[in-house]
Amino acid sequence: MYAQMIKSEATQDDPALLEAFQARIDDNQKIEPKDWMPEGYRKTLIRQIGQHAHSEIVGQLPEGNWITRAPTLERKAILLAKVQDEAGHGLYLYCAAETLGVSRDELFEMLHSGRMKYSSIFNYPTLTWADMGAVGWLVDGAAIMNQVPLQRTSYGPYARAMVRICKEESFHQRQGYDIMMKMCKGTDAQKKMAQDALNRLWYPSLMMFGPSDKDSVHSEQSMAWKIKMNTNDELRQKFVDQTVPQAEYLGLSVPDENLKWNEEKGGYDFSEPDWSEFYDVLKGNGPCNTERLNTRKQAWADGAWVREGMLAHAAKKRIAKVAAQ
Amino acid sequence: MADNALFQFLLRMGDNTLVLGHRVSEWCGKAPVLEEDIALANTALDLIGQTQMWLGYAAELQGEAKTADDLAYLRDVWDFRNLLMLERPNLDFGHTMMRQYLFDAYHHLLLGKLAGSSDPRVAEIAAKSVKEAAYHLDRSGETVVALGDGTAESHRRMQDALDLLWPFAGEMFLADDVDDAMAAAGIAPELAALKAEWESSVRATLRDASLTVPDDDFAHKGGKTGRQHTEHLGHMLAQMQFLQRAYPGASW
Repeated sequence: MYAQMIKSEATQDDPALLEAFQARIDDNQKIEPKDWMPEGYRKTLIRQIGQHAHSEIVGQLPEGNWITRAPTLERKAILLAKVQDEAGHGLYLYCAAETLGVSRDELFEMLHSGRMKYSSIFNYPTLTWADMGAVGWLVDGAAIMNQVPLQRTSYGPYARAMVRICKEESFHQRQGYDIMMKMCKGTDAQKKMAQDALNRLWYPSLMMFGPSDKDSVHSEQSMAWKIKMNTNDELRQKFVDQTVPQAEYLGLSVPDENLKWNEEKGGYDFSEPDWSEFYDVLKGNGPCNTERLNTRKQAWADGAWVREGMLAHAAKKRIAKVAAQ
Repeated sequence: MADNALFQFLLRMGDNTLVLGHRVSEWCGKAPVLEEDIALANTALDLIGQTQMWLGYAAELQGEAKTADDLAYLRDVWDFRNLLMLERPNLDFGHTMMRQYLFDAYHHLLLGKLAGSSDPRVAEIAAKSVKEAAYHLDRSGETVVALGDGTAESHRRMQDALDLLWPFAGEMFLADDVDDAMAAAGIAPELAALKAEWESSVRATLRDASLTVPDDDFAHKGGKTGRQHTEHLGHMLAQMQFLQRAYPGASW
């Protein structure tokens, strides 16, 4: 669930074309890059896929924070593999977005200027090794909730990227839960770290699904276009129902006094996250917004000479090849 | 004594990959382009995997139920046996890739010879690692050529990196008693014999990159013998070993 609060664009296309387009979607046909599509569909998808891609690459940073401090060689290798996967996911998604007529450089520029967002979750710090467990367990767990249905999304390149991504995400979640199990079976200090990680990351994970359906103004059009497959509240409920027994198995307590099984609805009742905090984070006032974005901007600026050097070399090689022919 | 020399040799192999793998992993999320981010993480991952094999074998020789993790996380600076060049900070991308190239050219050559080692375990680890090293060398060599040739700025940065790193390259070929014992036992090649081959391939690449090899062949030393590391290694270990040191005996 790396796309939140995606504003769906209004569309002013020919009603007959729109109707035919909607019929294709309703018939579960995949829309491909060269097919006609409403301008609003294209723009909404660029925003959603772009935000998802940015989340993958900004999402490398909180985990990268622990690669150099991973406690064993095996944990270091697993974490490196995971973060490498995330960069790879970013790549698939930027490529999917490019099929809609926007370049990767343009998307980066929009990220750097703040015109495009990434998931709110990555604006929270990773303070102990248990956070590597909790991020895999909760954050990747929440992402899977959203991404599994997106494998059936109407836009072909996005759906296909999701199929590849989902395969890797389930490995990510398992490695996170494995870290949590090890911590919870470990020393008192390790158990304390595990509980502390859950306390800090529980509500930010619930926020990943976006605001409550009653406040989610953009959902309807996106759901009709099958860009969004489930409502925010449906997914959040599913996530809580799946995660609470996992926390119990670990011997951890979910930091919610109101958490209670509701027999009637067959799911848990639980407290809403503090939505004012969520909007603060979106506005740039989360604990790590400034650092995360500055790190990305700095990396991009520091890398300019490399990109220019590579391009200049490639151009020289092309000229030399032509001259030789 | 022969076993002790083999142990020292394995530490050198494993510490090289551990320390360089750590440095490369510091690039996570910060590379100049996304493809480089993926490639750097992949390189670091290969190097950490090789570390597990080399230090795993070293720990077995050591006995006392030691593991590769004990060696990686519970030794202090003076017990590390990596080359000085590899513990140096990353500085810019050019410096990182120049260091990688100078090492890859040596590492690939060395692993190729080690694949025929008289010690079957060494041969097995080398045979597995040499494939990864071949990929690392292709990539770092191409990058050095591209950036050396690219723009005036990229050329200047690569020349600066070469000037800074060249005095650290010589340590790879400084043989001591450990190397002599390994060569005599047919476990590892003579380093002197490796040097000529390394130098001719490196000089050819650097020529393609329009870079000038420094005249001075002075070589800093003290890393592979552990006699005198740089100040940088202690800071790296403070970070790398933090959890194992702060929570002794915990299982992760």
